[in-house]
Amino acid sequence: MSIFTEYKNKLPRKILNEVKEYTKGMSEAKIKKVLAATMEEYENTKVEPGECVGVVSAESIGEPGTQMTLNTFHFAGVAEMNVTMGLPRIIEILDGRSNLKTPMMEIYLKAPYSQGKDIRKIALSIKETLLNEVVSEFMINIAENSIELRMNNEKMKELGLTENNIISSIKSGIKGYNIRSSKEAIVLKSKTKEETINKVYIDKEKIKKIHLSGVKGISQVLPVRRGEEYIIITSGTNLKAILELDYVDSTRTTTNDIFEIQKILGVEAARQSIINEVFKVIESQGLDVDIRHIMLVADTMCNSGEVKGITRYGVVSQKSSVLARASFETPIRHIIGAALIGEEDKLTSVVENVMLNQPVPVGTGLPDLVTQVKK
Amino acid sequence: MAEEKKEEPKEEKVEKQAEEKDTKKDKSDKEETTDKEEKKEGRVETDEIFVSKQVNSMIFSVLSPQMIKKMASAKVVTPELYDKEGYPVDGGLMDIRLGVIDPGLKCKTCGSKLKECSGHFGYIELARPIIHIKFVNIILNLLKCTCKDCGRILIPKNKIDKASEELDKTEKEAGIEARRQHVKEVIASMKTVNKCPWCKARQQKITIEKPTTFLENEKRLNPIEIRTRLEKISDEDLEVFGLIPKHARPDWMVLTILPIPPVTMRPSITLESGERSEDDLTHKLGDIVRINQRLFENINAGAPEIIIEDLWDLLQYHVTTFFDNNVSELPPARHRSGQPLKTVTERIKSKEGRIRHNLAGKRTNFSARTVISPDPMLNLNEVGVPIEIAMKLTVPERINDWNIEAMKNFVKNGPKKYPGANYVIRPDGKKKKLTEETIEPSLEELQPGYIIERHLLDGDIALFNRQPSLHRMSMMCHRVRVLPYKTLRLNPAVCHPYNADFDGDEMNLHIPQTEESRAEAEILMEVQTQLISPRYGLSIIGCVQDAISGNYILTKDMELSRPQAVDLLTFAGITDFSKLPKKEKISGKEVFSVLIPNDFNFTGRARHYDPSQDKKANTDKDAYVIIQDGKLISGVMDRNNLGEGSGLLLRNIHKRYGKEKAIDILGKLFRLGIGVLLKVGFTTAVSDTDLPEGAIINIRETLQNAEKEVDELISLFNNNKLEAFPGKSVKETLELKILEVLNRARNKAGELVAKHADKSTHTMVMSNSGARGNLLNLAQMAACVGQQAMRGKRIEKGYSERTLSCFKKGDLSPSAHGFIANGFKTGLNPSEFFFGAMTGRDSLMDTALRTPKSGYLYRRLSNAMQDLKVEYDSTIRDAAKRIIQFNYGEDGIDVSKSEGGILNVKRIIKTVGV
Repeated sequence: MSIFTEYKNKLPRKILNEVKEYTKGMSEAKIKKVLAATMEEYENTKVEPGECVGVVSAESIGEPGTQMTLNTFHFAGVAEMNVTMGLPRIIEILDGRSNLKTPMMEIYLKAPYSQGKDIRKIALSIKETLLNEVVSEFMINIAENSIELRMNNEKMKELGLTENNIISSIKSGIKGYNIRSSKEAIVLKSKTKEETINKVYIDKEKIKKIHLSGVKGISQVLPVRRGEEYIIITSGTNLKAILELDYVDSTRTTTNDIFEIQKILGVEAARQSIINEVFKVIESQGLDVDIRHIMLVADTMCNSGEVKGITRYGVVSQKSSVLARASFETPIRHIIGAALIGEEDKLTSVVENVMLNQPVPVGTGLPDLVTQVKK
Repeated sequence: MAEEKKEEPKEEKVEKQAEEKDTKKDKSDKEETTDKEEKKEGRVETDEIFVSKQVNSMIFSVLSPQMIKKMASAKVVTPELYDKEGYPVDGGLMDIRLGVIDPGLKCKTCGSKLKECSGHFGYIELARPIIHIKFVNIILNLLKCTCKDCGRILIPKNKIDKASEELDKTEKEAGIEARRQHVKEVIASMKTVNKCPWCKARQQKITIEKPTTFLENEKRLNPIEIRTRLEKISDEDLEVFGLIPKHARPDWMVLTILPIPPVTMRPSITLESGERSEDDLTHKLGDIVRINQRLFENINAGAPEIIIEDLWDLLQYHVTTFFDNNVSELPPARHRSGQPLKTVTERIKSKEGRIRHNLAGKRTNFSARTVISPDPMLNLNEVGVPIEIAMKLTVPERINDWNIEAMKNFVKNGPKKYPGANYVIRPDGKKKKLTEETIEPSLEELQPGYIIERHLLDGDIALFNRQPSLHRMSMMCHRVRVLPYKTLRLNPAVCHPYNADFDGDEMNLHIPQTEESRAEAEILMEVQTQLISPRYGLSIIGCVQDAISGNYILTKDMELSRPQAVDLLTFAGITDFSKLPKKEKISGKEVFSVLIPNDFNFTGRARHYDPSQDKKANTDKDAYVIIQDGKLISGVMDRNNLGEGSGLLLRNIHKRYGKEKAIDILGKLFRLGIGVLLKVGFTTAVSDTDLPEGAIINIRETLQNAEKEVDELISLFNNNKLEAFPGKSVKETLELKILEVLNRARNKAGELVAKHADKSTHTMVMSNSGARGNLLNLAQMAACVGQQAMRGKRIEKGYSERTLSCFKKGDLSPSAHGFIANGFKTGLNPSEFFFGAMTGRDSLMDTALRTPKSGYLYRRLSNAMQDLKVEYDSTIRDAAKRIIQFNYGEDGIDVSKSEGGILNVKRIIKTVGV
């Protein structure tokens, strides 16, 4: 392997590994030749200094945007869920929005479960169950100022809930009621007698939302076979709670909420997640965009240490040049803000110099001549 | 580095620039002056540009009253504009000390004429201070947070360090505006709001009545009081607020004198009737000056306070609308016609504003635009320019000892005879137009050093562009080819990068005027340099349409006689026939091989390659493409090998022989394909979609079966026997199942069509070669259009429980929900046609809605990333030199130099010859 060490820092690891693999069984002299040729080729394909890669990336993502379908909902076969796809999803990601239209998780499971063991049960246990799902009827007894809940026993059985579970959940969920269970219903009776019907009605609506079991925020679950194993797709996300479950394979489980990833796993993970999500959309549209472009966008978004959207409040507001910011949106605000602190525009980027009719310090405009001036 | 003062936001950018240059001039000496003189005399753009001045940086700040006075060249005292003779009044708004807009007049300040003088500022003294609308929020903030008596910030001495530390932190995290917001919170938390910690004075509550009235305890504070309070705030305290006192004293935000922008930025237009129509800004300034004079007079005359207050408010209104005519609480100032005035803010703002319209985007000379049309006989990197355009667009060429004869010829021809010239530029910079009269004298005058602006010639460099320019390939460099007729012409192979077609598209042509720009265009932008898309690393230019069909027919099973083959190759542009076998009958493959370089080897797959079968079976089908030593041994040429995108054969030629050879071969292949079609004739007809009787019956049966199947599903559903998919309701499940059944039926019909359709028809040739259309299109014509889907579902819109009034309520059958069982040839029935129109319109809407959305996304992206570039140390950095990536894309590979984004190690190993 000594022939390869020479190139260890010169060639990217991936290319070096490929060379290793394809040259297996060749004589050393030949491998050397291959390596030299690869090195030469690699040097030739490297980006040149001054190349404005940012614009190229923006073009590469912006241009196919016109070809993407706006169709928000994409039907991926029979047994999958609706997911925001296409242009709206790309805009959602690049905007850095924290409220997603369709938050979603893909939960991978550990060994016995990933083969389908108890898959339905696990899925159901993850799903957030609210009180109104197991109650078949809410009734208000006006005479006694009480709320009666007719339970849906079938559903309770399916979810593995007992009446006692439910009663204790209700107890912690609402105060001011005496709760007892009668033959066919759970009765909530107000402790204070003066309670008005109005208040009882409001409380009735309130207890509908009481959390009984499952993981908060997960509104729908769907066990799906993917390749060799079973995974659970959910709508709604709660990465933290899911990762804490012991049957979940925490190394592969993901959510499509970039901000949640940032909060729990850090910016680096968020960056990777932006790349994955954007790439997924572009791929699903049958378009071809090199991953490097998406990486660059993700890196610009995450450069400040947290995810910033490509908007006037996000990445653009971080620009050093007043004129560049002003040429984007809300020019007046930027100019006034600059005047208040006597901001200096060093004219180091593109638009400012276009405005002043000067060469742009990018590409062929990058090289400068340095010379000593005689005094 | 020169420090340029940039003024308050109200002043025009153009002025700023002028200002900057002026300040600079003090520093540079002799050279500068000579250069200036040269410019003054000549005022002509020569092809040499001496960059003698460069703006290094710009500093933005608020104008102080002293500064306004210093930069002003006139004081405006009267609202009148012109006297009876129509001459600008002294001390009026059109004072010629502020610049000239009339031809013939000379600027009193700088002595230069129209278009040479960029204008000068003036000022007016306001009778009473006026609040600047753009600084209202900051003024309010300052008033709230400082003591009314001593002007100190309401933070106790011992806590100020800690507070500013905290504020620095907020500024770093959330920006300067958050800092100002935070100051308020800090003070609120100090509980010193009521009492000044410095002088113990009681503080009153300050509120604002929008837009510009400040109240203290419900009592009005007038701008004079506000100004005195702001004056009292010390410089150190201002820094706590995040204001730099050197650049922005708060008392400057209450105006005592107002700068008057130069006349040149608000020129009046002379109407046809000889009447003058003044600019919106002039109107507004006129109002200001008028009210200001009235206010002065009233104050001097000792008028009652109430009258003065009213006038004061009126002046405030006018000054406010002068800066911004869109303040939400104020009625906008209007013309007599009722349309709102366009004042300073509106001028700068938005897409049509100064910044985006005039500064970030500029107009250009030496350009042309017309309709485009195709011409495959042009090379890929050529553009056909109509002779009329070629005689208007010019290239400057300097005369020297070697070209003087040729240049003389151009001048002799003059502007009206084709290879002629339009202008002669003398070495001193004087530009002379060539006309019939001036040809003779100019001709005698000519000598080395003169510059001739000659007509376009074949081979000149031109930039060719089609909007929307979404790509760098939307603007490429072509060689001029002067042609008759009136359209710009291009090779159809380059349509794809421009996304052009010939249904009336227009394109732009630009002629670079300097050697430097031509060199850059040629090296960086010429068509051959753009063969590979930086988006995905594959070729973006390839054979299209007829060229693919032609090559497909040729390489499939065509036989030609030798003369025919020679004829065809000549048409393609081949002159060397030595590679043609010396036989009477020559196969199409042999003809094709003539274009391939002799040492080229290639294996590839045609479109109908079937991976499930072995090599031999595929070779028999002609699906396995083998080129050995430049000879096509087996396989047909189709889109997979010749087309754009994957176009593998082309990609290999490009990699092996370089870009010049690649476009040469591509051009020849293109013409070869077209030549073939010209020989065999190529068209489509309705009869292409004819099917044998049996097939039609078969297809009908398939469709009927599907319908029956759906009926069964529906009855299952009606009897509540349908089992729901997990996570779906029964109804949804039914819909999904129906969709599946119908799609299956349509696909089956398609297969039947494919099986029975006549393979030799041109429609089939097109779809098989990948030139245009696919089997699905054919099936739609011949058999069945299929299910019309909206948002992935069957059509559900329309009346209650039914889609159209000709169906029964609750009808779930295929035909009632947009299944079109007929083909286009047999014709659709009315309801089917209607469903087709529905989806058609839906997709039109979709496109119309998507375009602006994706356009905005693109704009944001390019704005955010325009300053990222590769530095010499191979890191990616932005304009502030912050590192974005350490190595581009983690391996530093340029996608447009790679093969689909990767370095093809396998190929390298092969070429090394192991």
